[in-house]
Amino acid sequence: MDRTEERQGLLSALPVALVLAAIFLAPLLVVALFAFMPPGSFGLAHAPTLENFRLFFAQGYYSSLLWSLGMAAAATIVLFLVCYPLAYGMAKVFRSFTLVITLLVVMSLFVSENIRLFGWVLTLMKGGLLSGYLKAWTGLEMDSALYSVPVIVFGLVYSYLPFMLFPLAQGIAMVPEDVRLAASDLGASRTRILWEIDLPLAMPGIVVGSLLSFVLSAGAMAESKLLGGQTVVVMADEIESAFTYGQNWPLGSALAVILILIIGLLATVALAKVDLDGIMGRRR
Amino acid sequence: MAGDTVLRLRGVRKSFGAFTALAGIDLEITDGEFLTIVGPSGSGKTTLIRLLVGMEEPSAGEIHLRDRLINKVPANERPTCMVFQSLALFPHRTVGENIEFPMKLKGVSPDRRRERALELLALLHLPEAYYGKRVQACSGGEQQRVALARALAFDPEILFFDEPLSALDYRLRKVLEKELKDLHRRTGKTFVYITHSLEEAMVMSDRIAIMRGGAIVQVGTAEQIYTAPANAFVAEFMGEVNLFPVTGGDDGRLLCGDLEIRGHDERLRLASGGQGQLMVRPEFVRFLAPGEEADCRLQGRLANVFSLGSRLQYEIEAEGPRGERRLVTVEKLREERFAGAPNGPVTLGWRLADAHLIREA
Repeated sequence: MDRTEERQGLLSALPVALVLAAIFLAPLLVVALFAFMPPGSFGLAHAPTLENFRLFFAQGYYSSLLWSLGMAAAATIVLFLVCYPLAYGMAKVFRSFTLVITLLVVMSLFVSENIRLFGWVLTLMKGGLLSGYLKAWTGLEMDSALYSVPVIVFGLVYSYLPFMLFPLAQGIAMVPEDVRLAASDLGASRTRILWEIDLPLAMPGIVVGSLLSFVLSAGAMAESKLLGGQTVVVMADEIESAFTYGQNWPLGSALAVILILIIGLLATVALAKVDLDGIMGRRR
Repeated sequence: MAGDTVLRLRGVRKSFGAFTALAGIDLEITDGEFLTIVGPSGSGKTTLIRLLVGMEEPSAGEIHLRDRLINKVPANERPTCMVFQSLALFPHRTVGENIEFPMKLKGVSPDRRRERALELLALLHLPEAYYGKRVQACSGGEQQRVALARALAFDPEILFFDEPLSALDYRLRKVLEKELKDLHRRTGKTFVYITHSLEEAMVMSDRIAIMRGGAIVQVGTAEQIYTAPANAFVAEFMGEVNLFPVTGGDDGRLLCGDLEIRGHDERLRLASGGQGQLMVRPEFVRFLAPGEEADCRLQGRLANVFSLGSRLQYEIEAEGPRGERRLVTVEKLREERFAGAPNGPVTLGWRLADAHLIREA
C-alpha cells in the first residue's frame, strides 16, 4: 500500500521535475560551466580555467560583492526592526484590520518595482516633491536626498517589505497565546516574554523573512542604480555589465556563481535550523 | 496558616460591553483546601478564573489575597499561578528548562534550580532522565505532570487549574485525578480547580462551588451539595434526581397530589401555600412489597430498565396530580435487582429522612 502510494507520488511529481530541470537547473548548469571558460569566450568547448575567479580578486569585484552583502544585511536588519511591531499587530492585535494592511501591502506589488522606485527618485531628487514642498512651506533649501548608501538601503527596505512582513506575521501567529499567558503568569515581564517566548517561537518566520529579504536585496540592482546613482556598484550590476556591455560571459558567470554559492550556503545553513513544515502549517 | 482565608471575593462583577459574565461573586477560599468550581459552559467559570489569576480586571467588586487588594495586580506580579487547559508548556524548551523557568525569573542559582527541578520530577513520578527530554517528545500524561511541576516550581500561594484534564482519555484522567488529589495532600498547597465535570469535582475536592449564569449557586462539600442542593438546577446537575412539586399545607406539612406523604419531618416544612420541590435520589427509592408501608408512596408502572454497569436503573411511569405523565427514576445495585414484569404495576416508597426540600418553585 505504502509502496504503491510512494510510486504514484513519484510518478505524479515527474512532469514538474522535468520542467524544473529544463528551465531552472539547465540554465544554472550552463552558467556554472561558463564560469570555467577563458575570459571573453562564447562557447563551452574550451579547456577549463580559473582565470575568471582570479579576476574577481585582481580587479576588485569583491568590493561590489561586499557592498551587496553589506547593504543586504543592513536592509534585512532595518526590515526586521520595522516589520516586527507591524507583524505583531497583524498577527495578534488588529483582527480584521489585518486584512486591510495585507491588501494595501500586496497592492503595492501590482506596480512594477522600477516604476515605484522612479516615484522615489521624483520625490527625493533636487527640485523634486520633497525639496519642493519643504521650500514652499518653510523656505528651506535642500539638496538632493538621492545618491548615497543610506538611500539605497532605504530603497531595499521599501521594495522588500512584504517579503519580511508576511513571513514574520505568520511566524508570530504561530506563537500560542496560552504559552505567552503562562510565561506571564509565572512571573515573566513583557521584555522577558519577547526574548524567551516570542522570538524563539516565531523563529521560523523570522528566518524565512530575513532570508527572503537578504537574498532579494543581495541580488538587487534597481535600487543602487536608480536611487544610488553610481555611488556604489553592486554585484548584480557587475554581473549584468559583464554579460552585456563587457560581452564577457565567463566573467559574468563566475561572478554569478560566487553570488549564488554564498547565498546558497547561507540559505542552507539558515533553513537547516528551522522547521519549514511548521511554517506551512503541517504541524499543530 | 491552614484554615485562614487566602482569597476573598466581594461582589465581584465582570461585564464585556452589554454582556454580564459574572453577576456578583462572593467567595472565600481557605488556605490549603482543594476547591473546585463547577459549572456548565457559559456559566462564567472561565471568566472567574481569569480574574483570579490576573488576566482580566473585575468591573466591580474586590479581590483580596490575604489582606492585599489585588484587583489591578497583573498576572506576572501575583504570587499565584495556573495550570492551563492547553498546559501551555514551552515547546522549544526541555522538561528541565520548563520546570526551571519560574525559578530562573526569580533569580535562583542554576545549581539550586536543577536540584529543585529534580525534586519536582520525583514528586510527580517522572524519571530523572526526563530532565533533558524535549517537551514535545513527552506523552499527554507526562506533559500534564511537567506542567504541574512547572507550576509548583513557582511555589504559588494558590495553584489554579483550568480544566487541565479535559483533553485526556478517560482512563488517564481517572489516574491523574487521584494523583492530583494525592499531590494536594502532599504539598499542602491551596488548589482551585475549574471544570465542567462534576465527577472530577467529587473525586478531588474538599469543597465544591457550583456556578450558573455568572453566579455561584451553592458552595459546600460534595456530600452537602449532593444531599441538600440549594435549587433544582444544582439537584439535577449533581446527578439523577426525582423532583416532586409540593405546596405547603395549613399545618406546614407538604401536599403533593397523588404522592402520599404520611410521616412528618421538621426539615420538610413549607409555609402555608408556599411552593417547593421534594427531592429524592434514585438510590433511596424502594420497590414496596404489597401491604408494605413507607413515609412516601407512589403507584406506577415499570416502563424501562437500563444497565449502568454496577447498577440498574428503572424508569417508572406514574400519573401526576393533573393526570400528566411523570417519570420516576430508581437505581438498585445488581444484587438488589427488582424482578418486576415489564409494564407491570409497582409501588414505590422512600423515607422522608432521605428526602430533601427545595424551597422554590
